[in-house]
Amino acid sequence: MKEIDLKNLTIKKANQAILAGEFTARELTEVYLKKIKTDNTKLNAYLEVFTDALEQADEVDRKIKSGELKGPLAGIPIAIKDNILIEGRICSAASKMLADYHATYDATTIKKLKKEGVIFLGRTNMDEFAMGGSTENSAYGPTCNPHDPTRVSGGSSGGSAAVVGGDLALCALGSDTGGSIRQPSSFCGAVGLKPTYGAASRYGVMAMASSLDQIGPITKTIDDAELLFNTLRGKDSFDSTSMDEPVPGALPAKFKIGIPYDFLGEGVNEDVKKNFDETVELLKSKGHEIISIEMPNLHYSLACYYILMTAEVSANMARFDGVRYGLHVNGKDMVEDYFLSRGAGLGKEVKRRIMLGTYVLSSGYYDAYYGKANGLRRLIAEDYKKAFSKVDAIITPTAPSVAFPIGKNTNDPLQMYLEDIFTVPVNLAGVPAISVPTGKNEQGLPFGLQITGPHWREDLIFAVGREVVR
Amino acid sequence: MIPHMITEQDIDKLATLARIALTSEEKQKFQKDLESILGYISELKDAPISEIVPSADDYYLTNVMRADDEAFVAVQNTQRILAEAPKSDKDFFVVKKILNNE
Repeated sequence: MKEIDLKNLTIKKANQAILAGEFTARELTEVYLKKIKTDNTKLNAYLEVFTDALEQADEVDRKIKSGELKGPLAGIPIAIKDNILIEGRICSAASKMLADYHATYDATTIKKLKKEGVIFLGRTNMDEFAMGGSTENSAYGPTCNPHDPTRVSGGSSGGSAAVVGGDLALCALGSDTGGSIRQPSSFCGAVGLKPTYGAASRYGVMAMASSLDQIGPITKTIDDAELLFNTLRGKDSFDSTSMDEPVPGALPAKFKIGIPYDFLGEGVNEDVKKNFDETVELLKSKGHEIISIEMPNLHYSLACYYILMTAEVSANMARFDGVRYGLHVNGKDMVEDYFLSRGAGLGKEVKRRIMLGTYVLSSGYYDAYYGKANGLRRLIAEDYKKAFSKVDAIITPTAPSVAFPIGKNTNDPLQMYLEDIFTVPVNLAGVPAISVPTGKNEQGLPFGLQITGPHWREDLIFAVGREVVR
Repeated sequence: MIPHMITEQDIDKLATLARIALTSEEKQKFQKDLESILGYISELKDAPISEIVPSADDYYLTNVMRADDEAFVAVQNTQRILAEAPKSDKDFFVVKKILNNE
């Protein structure tokens, strides 16, 4: 077998090597499959490794040879989160409800990636229906962190982040409703981008909370994230929320970076705080201006999010009725079929969120919860708008701590929700944000910095990211 | 908004609305969990209210229309879709009788 140094490999390097004939897509795929074989039992990052991966690679090699394929993603092995449909393959959202469900069509992003000539290695583990922040809510067991298998990989795209952080794939796709790309990327030492709401099509992605969901890349470098994002983005007539991105403005030579210090006060671990301060010093030393900003409504974000998100979840999950697809449990009549199928097919966290969403939407409570949260969402978005009139980008840690031990938060859902504190406001405002690695603590656990930009300014957060990544 | 006590009856009512069969262990757990989460959420009662009339999609106000052409080609996907159904008959999903004959 060909020797390929996976540790230092990037999409760019691999693609150049394949196109130059240094190694083939098949040879690269073989190396990844071997690595998966050794490591996946320990990590539980892949729910399924596709048995036709080498056939896909052969087909790609053939097309590269004939000159049919020569793009920047040709020959690149990628892992796909288990809530994005690939025609004919099982797509389970890590739920017992969809254990045997075969996707009937390709998600738009999958269609685009197929055209580019990527190799789909497998589908990755996640919190069931993307609900959770540790991948412990998977019906198929948690995904372990590649830097310390006693710790979580983060979530909900924990499998996708773990395969990138552990070199079991060169890159991956995730979905992000309240931090599900950024937080696991931070925990696993990867780069994770949540694009602007509407930047990438969600056609063929299982809906969780439709006003918040986005998909995006998880990669090893910012260049790779940009490369993958450039393929994913763009208007799709099958997703009416998608839009073509306006042409971005010019990039300044030196950035004005905002920090909402009031918001960073409590609940942040000491080592995370220290790492964040080092990043701030690094930015200053490079001549960028650090500006303290006020975003007074930001601390309502989490409460606001857990109302709007659960409300949308309760509506979106109503489709699982045991009639059209998924698990069916037989009862005495049709209504009992619903109760039993949903009772047996859905996991604890999914049920909890449906119940909560049903509560905040129920008659008598709607105005106090859903109505109020929706109004607040607007104020939170206004906070961002005001901030971006003064600064180019906003930085915070991605998460208040490094990857926590498996089992630490499983009995306390509220504590688990608090892990999302820095990531959820971004989804409420619909702005883009990226998590980039900024070193490791003494135990070798990665830190992540979240960089948030104005709508449609992914270029800006990539540029700021390049200044701080380490 | 007042912090709410969640009773066993509340849980039963929500489970009925959501059409989910719960075990008694789940009911007890959710009663506790929902109370704690709603306690946290109730901090919103002190939050300011936007003067702008809220809407779910404030930032995306253009209505998007398109013809039902390529997305919905009749028949094309019927068999593939039905293949995933727990029970089907020819071109239909099979469900139990809803109306009684009485």
